[in-house]
Amino acid sequence: MSERERALLAVSGLIVRYGRIAAVRGVDLEIRAGEIVSIVGPNGAGKTSLLSAIFGVIPSAGGDVRFAGDRLAGVALEALVGKGIAFVPEGRRIFASLTVAENLALGATVRRDNGQVHADRERLFATFPILAARRRQPAGLLSGGEQQQLAIARALLSRPKLLMLDEPSLGLAPAIIDQVYGLLRGIRAEGVTILLVEQNAERAFALSDRAYVMRGGEFVLNGAPKALSADPRFDAAYFGIGMSGASP
Amino acid sequence: MSQPILQTLADALSVGGLYALTALGIGLIFGIMRLINFAHGELIAIAGYTLLALFGMPPAAAIVAAAAAAMLLALVTERLAFRPLRGADPATLLIASFAVSFFLQKTLILFVGARPKGIDFLPLLGRQVDALGVRLRSLEIVAIAVSAILLAALSWFLKATRFGLEMRAAAEDFTMARVLGVRANRVIATAFAISGLLAATVSCLVVAETGVVQPRMGLQLTIIAFVGTVIGGLGSLAGAALGGFLVGAATILLQALLPPDLRAFREAFLFLAVTLVLVLRPRGLIPARGLRERI
Repeated sequence: MSERERALLAVSGLIVRYGRIAAVRGVDLEIRAGEIVSIVGPNGAGKTSLLSAIFGVIPSAGGDVRFAGDRLAGVALEALVGKGIAFVPEGRRIFASLTVAENLALGATVRRDNGQVHADRERLFATFPILAARRRQPAGLLSGGEQQQLAIARALLSRPKLLMLDEPSLGLAPAIIDQVYGLLRGIRAEGVTILLVEQNAERAFALSDRAYVMRGGEFVLNGAPKALSADPRFDAAYFGIGMSGASP
Repeated sequence: MSQPILQTLADALSVGGLYALTALGIGLIFGIMRLINFAHGELIAIAGYTLLALFGMPPAAAIVAAAAAAMLLALVTERLAFRPLRGADPATLLIASFAVSFFLQKTLILFVGARPKGIDFLPLLGRQVDALGVRLRSLEIVAIAVSAILLAALSWFLKATRFGLEMRAAAEDFTMARVLGVRANRVIATAFAISGLLAATVSCLVVAETGVVQPRMGLQLTIIAFVGTVIGGLGSLAGAALGGFLVGAATILLQALLPPDLRAFREAFLFLAVTLVLVLRPRGLIPARGLRERI
């Protein structure tokens, strides 16, 4: 009971199906406020499906998701951000034809404290100077790394309690990935809880308090990153050596 | 410039404006919902019959009532027919919009009959006025002015207001807009209300021009305007307005420029031009961004 209450996000028995194929086969996950938790695993392990189903972007075929104790089933997609969950989906999904400033304004859609939004935006501009410099430009003209910064900044403008990110390093140069991860470290310092999905386990481990290793739609290992890296089963889970788990 | 050239130019501008407004009404809904709303023609018709029903009242009151009727009908079709289908395959949505269009048209025929009815709406607009040294009909000047004002107002609304920002975001990536908290129902209802308003405006101008209302009065406009949204670039609002305008203006210019023997085949030349545009620019003159499959 007390364990459940302390969890900011609690997922139990979550199942996602595409037709007959189960992409996520009954996953349990808990995140306490202030933690950074990552889900790593090879391509096709079901990580993106899991994250999308937690947020309700795709329907789940079974299981339960609770945020701060409230069930999320039946909550409209557009109401989640008001509850304090922000989602940076795979591929960043910035609005390419809108300006950087307009993208950021949409991040604050559910907020009514306009003065504070303005102050938050100025603070984000200090953190992301490139966004300040390009605020009047269409976001489609930004580079991949800049778009990722914009997607994260946009999500932060809703002042989330929980930030969920899907593959923030995807398609970015190593130097840019450093920058993005440096930024996530800074976000954690402000007390935002982070759930991160990554194929790049090394990067994710360096940032996370705990990690889950996903393969074939299931969690096969979990624990502290250091312990996981040292665990011989980790490489097996990641690269499929001696494992029978099917990958869709 | 000589009288015939200016006259043709005024014709092209005013008819182009009508089609631009119609195409924009269709393009707005398509951009957000991926629905090609063929029932747009019935919004034009209901506004026309409202003008007929209220004939004799002050024209301003009749116009306001016509706008209210078309907006209300647009909202009702959204709520009853299209909302339950939200997220459905575009082909399903298209068939549904045909069904709604036929249903409304036949219902209208049931109550008012299929025959055209004459209405002398705003007869003053038929007068000739001297402008720029030539004689033009005041209706044309009004049509051009109204189209320009409405296009400017709509683009201001989309650019400068919070609502407009949410609509543009929804048109580019509806799911992501909702993830950020943009309320789907509100954005879609607003788009339908605006398309009703545009249909009513077009209706008032068409009725004043032709002096006739009939249940199928919106059909031709809708089909040609739809062609306009396609050549403009489906999903792009600026493209819809431009494409609609060009198609409308091209009809008039073809009528004026083709040798008399060929005028009967005006539409064939129009669609030849449309085909050429699509061969050269398959995604339209101003392609939409982010026109991707949504999850």
